Amino acid sequence: MKTTTKVTAYTNPSSGLNPLRIITWQKGAWIVCCLMLFAVPLLITKNSYLFLLTNIFIWSVFAMSYNLLLGFTGIISFGHAMFFGIGAYSLALTARHVPGGEVGFILAILATVVICFVLSLIVGLLSLRLRDTFYALITLAVATIFVIIAEQWRSMTMGNDGFNFTASLSRDLFGFINLLDRRHVYYIALIFLIGMFLLLKRFIDSPVGRTLQAIRDNEARAASLGYAVLNYKLISNILAGVMAGLAGVVYAISIRFVSPDSVLGVENTIDVLLMTVIGGVGTLLGPIIGAAVVEVSSHYLMGLANIHPIFERWVILFGVVFILIILFFPAGIVGTIKQKFLSKKKGVSS
Amino acid sequence: MTTSTTAKTMESTPVHEKKKMIETVNLTKSFGGHTAVSAVSLTIFEKELKSIIGPNGAGKTTFFNLLSGQMKPTSGEIFFQGKEIQHLPPHKRTKLGIGRSFQITNVFPTLTVLENVRLAVQAKYNIHYSMFRHFKHYKHLEEEAYESLEKVKLADKAGQLASNLAHGEKRKLEISILLALDTKLLLLDEPTAGMSIDEVPQIIEVIEEIRDQRDRTIILIEHKIDLVKHLSDSIAVLFHGKQLADGSPTEIMNNEQVQSAYLGGLYNDAED
Repeated sequence: MKTTTKVTAYTNPSSGLNPLRIITWQKGAWIVCCLMLFAVPLLITKNSYLFLLTNIFIWSVFAMSYNLLLGFTGIISFGHAMFFGIGAYSLALTARHVPGGEVGFILAILATVVICFVLSLIVGLLSLRLRDTFYALITLAVATIFVIIAEQWRSMTMGNDGFNFTASLSRDLFGFINLLDRRHVYYIALIFLIGMFLLLKRFIDSPVGRTLQAIRDNEARAASLGYAVLNYKLISNILAGVMAGLAGVVYAISIRFVSPDSVLGVENTIDVLLMTVIGGVGTLLGPIIGAAVVEVSSHYLMGLANIHPIFERWVILFGVVFILIILFFPAGIVGTIKQKFLSKKKGVSS
Repeated sequence: MTTSTTAKTMESTPVHEKKKMIETVNLTKSFGGHTAVSAVSLTIFEKELKSIIGPNGAGKTTFFNLLSGQMKPTSGEIFFQGKEIQHLPPHKRTKLGIGRSFQITNVFPTLTVLENVRLAVQAKYNIHYSMFRHFKHYKHLEEEAYESLEKVKLADKAGQLASNLAHGEKRKLEISILLALDTKLLLLDEPTAGMSIDEVPQIIEVIEEIRDQRDRTIILIEHKIDLVKHLSDSIAVLFHGKQLADGSPTEIMNNEQVQSAYLGGLYNDAED
């Protein structure tokens, strides 16, 4: 009894306001946001906007999975795109080779989960017991192997050119999903994002997630508390790998085309690294904001090329955007706002 | 049922017979040409408080690193309750029951004070691979962590980030984490180092309390001999990595070699 009163006594002043009210206010905001996103296809009929939003959702999941490694475990991967690519190629190949939409679709998901699970386990076992730099290098090496396979196995993957599989996408998957309808794909991506977000949120707040953050902070100390650090890093690596793989599956549905560059290449890893850093490393919402910023700015900057040929080099402009963001938001957009908010709250209470 | 069996085992073990908790045999650690710990053979009995003293650079912390697994010995053996452990990694030794605190502050800076301790409690209860259950579900962990913070008078800082604590408070947190782990053997590496004068007695009090409960073994590293004189059941002196003396506090205080190591020429040697 004595302890319970004390526990409540310390939770209340630290949060400043009535915690129950904050939670409902936040939850309300979340629900309104989700409802608005669900209403978007009813209001916007232009396919290009739906396509842009769909890709933001998918890249958000991809970036979230990357953030699990970088932000919550403290390990940096240069080969995360291999999982994304494996997912995308799984869907593309089954769409092309397996007749009957449902079978191919389920097969693609199963193949992605199994391959990504085994691959991330092996890569993790090979490298995670060593120092973090080795992990970065080994992931880069393994990812490059997959790029080479996709380029060389021409009979299967059509090599560097990649292939389009729009024609073989199912129009009545499970009887009610038309994969060629942008609105349907939009809803698939949105539900996928919400599902993955909730899953990751739960994972981060679980004992394992908490331990991972401790390992990120101080690996040796976590070990001396009795945590088997390698196992935790493996769990994180596997979850991140499978999540990225599934993001790849949905991405392939959205862009209806795969090539080594578009889904497997190292540039894709750099993109999610950018998204994570821009949005805020180690925050749940950061990668989503980061993905939105990167996708929207590259979409519009690319469009500028029609105005003047100088904008063909839009990547330079993107670099300027990136530098400005890092200048004004050193901990990423979400991370910096969170810091400001926390220090403000502390100032009020003290 | 359980109580009767425990009572039986208690009876069968004679009170006067002391059981070995941890024992080192010719434990040696060299870094290149420098031997930091040289053939140290120490025995620490169950439920005693042993202090290891020695001037700076005597190899005390290295000796602890060997016991807790942060370092692997160059040669020699370590027996924990009769089991050879020198090949085990740190996390396995913790699970066996060896907990340690660090001399240099070694906490999780971006987590809150409470979370720092809660992680130790979580480890103690072996809640290791629960992945999709909210950590708040394990309410008792938080309560126990809070109690451990109260012991070191840090409960009012529970919600703060560990990085925002003052140095002395971080030291207290370090000890609170160790207490929360609740291990049979506690290795305390200079628990009062860098603390302000009014904080030192608080920590000494905590250590005295644990000692007086007589249910666990404590090894304490100190370089201030006055501090451990009254606290310890026995004291070992390390000097230049070698074991200089081992005995009761009075024996150690009257030992000429120890006196010269601390007061005379030997100490000056260690300084350079």
